[in-house]
Amino acid sequence: MSTVLIAEKHETEKMAMRDAYCATLLKLASEDDKVVVLDSDLMSSMGMVPFLNKYPEKTFNVGVQEANMIGVAAGLSATGLIPFAHTFGPFASRRCYDQIFLSVGYSKLNVRIVGSDPGITAAFNGGTHMPFEDLGILRNIPDITILEPADTVMLQDLLIQTAGMYGLFYIRLLRKNAVKIYEEGSAFEIGKGVTLREGKDVTVISTGIMVKEALDAAEKLAEEGISARVINMFTLKPIDKELIIKSAEETGAIVTAENHNIINALGSAVAEVLGENLPVPLERVGVKDLFGEVGPVSYLRERFELTAEEIVIKAKKAIERKNKR
Amino acid sequence: MLSQEKIKALKIFAINIRMETVRAMGTLGFGHLGGALSIADTIAVLYGGAMKIDPKNPKWEDRDWLVSSKGHAGPAIYAALALKGYFPVEELLTLNKPGTHFPSHCDRNLTTGIDMTTGSLGQGASTSVGVALGHKYQKKNNYTYLILGDGETQEGQVWEAVSFAGARKLDNLIAFVDNNKQQLDGFTRNIHDTLDFKAKFESFGWHAIDVDGSDVVQIYEAIEAAKLEKGKPTVIVLDTVKGKGVSFVEGKEKNHHVEISKEQMAQGLAELQLELDKEVEA
Ligand SMILES: Cc1ncc(C[n+]2csc(CCOP(=O)(O)OP(=O)(O)O)c2C)c(N)n1
Repeated sequence: MSTVLIAEKHETEKMAMRDAYCATLLKLASEDDKVVVLDSDLMSSMGMVPFLNKYPEKTFNVGVQEANMIGVAAGLSATGLIPFAHTFGPFASRRCYDQIFLSVGYSKLNVRIVGSDPGITAAFNGGTHMPFEDLGILRNIPDITILEPADTVMLQDLLIQTAGMYGLFYIRLLRKNAVKIYEEGSAFEIGKGVTLREGKDVTVISTGIMVKEALDAAEKLAEEGISARVINMFTLKPIDKELIIKSAEETGAIVTAENHNIINALGSAVAEVLGENLPVPLERVGVKDLFGEVGPVSYLRERFELTAEEIVIKAKKAIERKNKR
Repeated sequence: MLSQEKIKALKIFAINIRMETVRAMGTLGFGHLGGALSIADTIAVLYGGAMKIDPKNPKWEDRDWLVSSKGHAGPAIYAALALKGYFPVEELLTLNKPGTHFPSHCDRNLTTGIDMTTGSLGQGASTSVGVALGHKYQKKNNYTYLILGDGETQEGQVWEAVSFAGARKLDNLIAFVDNNKQQLDGFTRNIHDTLDFKAKFESFGWHAIDVDGSDVVQIYEAIEAAKLEKGKPTVIVLDTVKGKGVSFVEGKEKNHHVEISKEQMAQGLAELQLELDKEVEA
């Protein structure tokens, strides 16, 4: 199912994630008239103007009304269409939770919700626009699939896959350029994490922009003789229990790394699996229950401790706790 | 134009919907009786002739859709569906029993013939707009009907949907406001006055018609007029009475969600039977 080709060098990609999003939707729309796009006045921000120009009839820009957009998407899907609905992550979650929960989830309709600018990547839009809680809010919805693609290769593959699936999806999407993690031709299995690097002393389970930090941390740890396994857990729900348990068994210590509040998303999901199956020391790298703030990403990384250095510190701490047992 | 025979049939259908609603809620002992009774005449017109439906093929691709955004009117719709033959009338008595197909609020995954799930007020406005838009995009001729409560229109989401439908000129969408002047906590004018619906909808680019919501002829003719209106969605503002047809709830102060004793059920059914006999003889 999944054939993952890991890039040799992890450099910033030439193509922005939003451009890959637009290109993939253009392709999907050209192949299937049922694919339609909704937005709430953020098409330009999302780089979707080429889509609008090519397919005005497949574009439903509702204007500034996110809750209505979700309901309209639900209605469109009830007539057999395959909607992708975008707005910024905080609005795609906080502002339309009841609509997502009932009009789509409980109603068992078929909608892909795209929430952009995860966590600190909201940067200069600041605290009002900085979702450290979107995944936490949405993870409560039964049967939702939550995806956070790490780079353009993964994004394209996941978008194409979800277009052919049925249900409620939340795709947490960086708009700018990601760091290349995968080579062209990779195929991913939703619900299965990807092991990017083998290791035996500790496992770092990472997602989104924290995947690169996790890989860097593993390099640093290797220099000190510590062997760290790195996993990209791009599906938050359903979480890959088997891989978490296997890593706990084989490395005995776990660190999670996410661009989100450590409450209710990856750190919590991993803690739940470990707690119920194989409690090993767990340390969580992420936002420590704080509101966002404005600034460049470089500043926000330090401010919210979303760095390779922080992962190194937490990895050592987890290993120390393991050795004390 | 409706024939006298057809008018009579619609009136009888409306009374039967009320009777089955009272029976189902009365057997259970409680329910959202007021808002189910106020909309019964409209539901009778919709399922009794205005809507394109096929009870033998509930998911028929060319059918018209009904979204009751006031999801608590579900039991009145279930009654109409049963009387049209979507399922046996006896099944209505399982209302809200464990594992039932007939919950308080409309659920597309539980009840044959229910097109959309509602219950959180305001949401059906948006989903009905999506359905109408989806049909338009696919160049289909289905109409989508939307039922809103007057209290429900206090929800901001309703006006997001109304604004968008007006801007998109969705002339395959026909909405009703069940203007029974009451909401959960009391009379709408004392809580949050909803003002002039016709003017409000018109300002959003809709065609608006005021009718007596207990008059099946006026309702039917308004729907016919709505279908002739091109380039605009239509709202039919129904002047209704909450609890209509059953004296212990009709227009009464607290008639939203009521307890129904066996005596009250019997009394309500007797009153409706009298109406029915009068109509049959007329
Ligand atoms: C979002 C939401 N808020 C509150 C309720 C609880 N509730 C159910 S019906 C109702 C009053 C509705 O009044 P109206 O729309 O006038 O309905 P009707 O009088 O026709 O029954 C309320 C507050 C709900 N179902 N959904």
